[in-house]
Amino acid sequence: MTGTDYTFAYLDEDTKRMIRRALLKAVAIPGYQVPFASREMPMPYGWGTGGVQVTAACLTPEDRLKVIDQGADDTTNAVSIRRFFQRVAGVATTTRTAEATVIQTRHRIPETPLTEGQILVFQVPIPEPLRFLEPREPETRRMHALADYGLMHVKLYEDIARHGAIATAYAYPVTVAGRYVADPSPIPKFDNPKLSDSPALQLFGAGREQRIYAIPPHTRVVSLDFEDHPFAATKAAGVCALCGDDASYLDEVIVDDAGGRMFVCSDTDHCAGRRAAGLGPSAAAGAAAARPPEHRGAAAEAAVCAAAGPARAPVPPDPAGGQHPAPEAAG
Amino acid sequence: MTADTPLLSVRGISKRYGARTGCADVSFDLWPSEVMGIVGESGSGKSTLLNCLAGHLAPDTGAILYDTRAEGPRDLVTMAEPERRMLARTDLAFVHQNPRDGLRMGVSAGGNVGERLMATGARHYGRIRAAAIDWLGRVEIAADRVDDPPRAFSGGMQQRLQLARNLVTGPRLVFMDEPTGGLDVSVQARLLDLLRGLVRQMGLSAVIVTHDLAVVRLLADRLMVMQGGRVVESGLTDQVLDDPAHPYTQLLVSSVLQV
Repeated sequence: MTGTDYTFAYLDEDTKRMIRRALLKAVAIPGYQVPFASREMPMPYGWGTGGVQVTAACLTPEDRLKVIDQGADDTTNAVSIRRFFQRVAGVATTTRTAEATVIQTRHRIPETPLTEGQILVFQVPIPEPLRFLEPREPETRRMHALADYGLMHVKLYEDIARHGAIATAYAYPVTVAGRYVADPSPIPKFDNPKLSDSPALQLFGAGREQRIYAIPPHTRVVSLDFEDHPFAATKAAGVCALCGDDASYLDEVIVDDAGGRMFVCSDTDHCAGRRAAGLGPSAAAGAAAARPPEHRGAAAEAAVCAAAGPARAPVPPDPAGGQHPAPEAAG
Repeated sequence: MTADTPLLSVRGISKRYGARTGCADVSFDLWPSEVMGIVGESGSGKSTLLNCLAGHLAPDTGAILYDTRAEGPRDLVTMAEPERRMLARTDLAFVHQNPRDGLRMGVSAGGNVGERLMATGARHYGRIRAAAIDWLGRVEIAADRVDDPPRAFSGGMQQRLQLARNLVTGPRLVFMDEPTGGLDVSVQARLLDLLRGLVRQMGLSAVIVTHDLAVVRLLADRLMVMQGGRVVESGLTDQVLDDPAHPYTQLLVSSVLQV
């Protein structure tokens, strides 16, 4: 006890030890789903209970925490989790990727390359990549044990047979360190290449499903594909309307009811950083914003993103972090 | 893998369900390109025996020696699970009575046929798809149905799709559990015709469990008759059916309705 109503970072020490044991095992066996006794957290399942527990078990008082939700620092989920740890751990927070030591993320990997010593904690809704292919849990565990992953390719085959290309755009399955097939959580497949050989430690927590897995630093992560349909990290064909970046992952935002739309960077810190450096929208971006998308895949992806999380307007990130009003589901 | 080694050598297989007997002390040899029929009434232990042979059930006692391509005879009962699984999707095949048990109903016909190829390492979409279409043709399913899910197929087509899915990796031994059960007679005749052609053409060995004597008469070289978990008579198919020695076999043969 430190004079507050909570132990440091909310969880009691025994729980943190249990989670750290699971984390150590997960790091020792890259991609393997380690069961852990997930606790009730003061937030609903689906809002990052797994990620919060992993973050709580990793935090030290010296850490600087960044929380993002689909790339943004200023959405309900990110704001409420950041404020939660400000209150129960008293740690410093930041929205700058480069300054953070622990980053909890929902559905994105930051655009700024991660560095040695950083920990990236993913919130995972469904840790089992084979879940919708093989409903029997004992059977999927056996398949993992025997590296019997032919079925994963059946899913990709079905994609190509139906859509002419691998249509899986997020939660794209990967092989970790040449052994376990893992679900990288619902990050867009645009982010998949960043999983591989990352200098940062990547931890995955699934609270409802009670599983933890990990990708240790500098681990080879390969996205599954076919020889004649290789993996491609796709994004919307457009340019950020705020900072003019054409290489970062873009959200499509509908701006009126007359078909007007714009693309903005999904990573708000990346976008704000570019604008602070004097970069702005290019002429090409303005034209792209007025035009309906020529690319169905991009619209579908944006729709998936919109369906998966709270709607978000392209506002600049709130540097004060916790000052932003958190709507209804803050927990 | 010489001509004097049986492909499958079954030695004293027994399986009990608590106090009940599934099958008791069954032994037989199956030679390359031979089709063995197992007949008997419901509850006589035929399916238990077949499931033991195919590795779906662990027998209580006995050995099942399979003549593997690489290493010669190996005991399937004591073989490690990864090896048995690999064998089960390359050398062995299992055709279920109900195609729903053997197919993935939500996956397209092409995906169903391609699954075994992908499970054994095929990673070229174009070639997998070409193999699937080729096999659909061999089981008389039109190539334009390749992207339809099996639930859009008739019962007979589903059963033929299941055959294609199993035979695509060129197995040497096929286990069939009532392959014509639940199909009407004309569809049965077509399936039997197809089966007979494929068995001859690919030089397949097969173990066929059925209660339909006409099926074994058409397909099987040899026959085993089971009752109460035991083999009561075995021999050449025509010999057993035309000149049954055991009283139960006599009863079975005389029970067939003549039209």
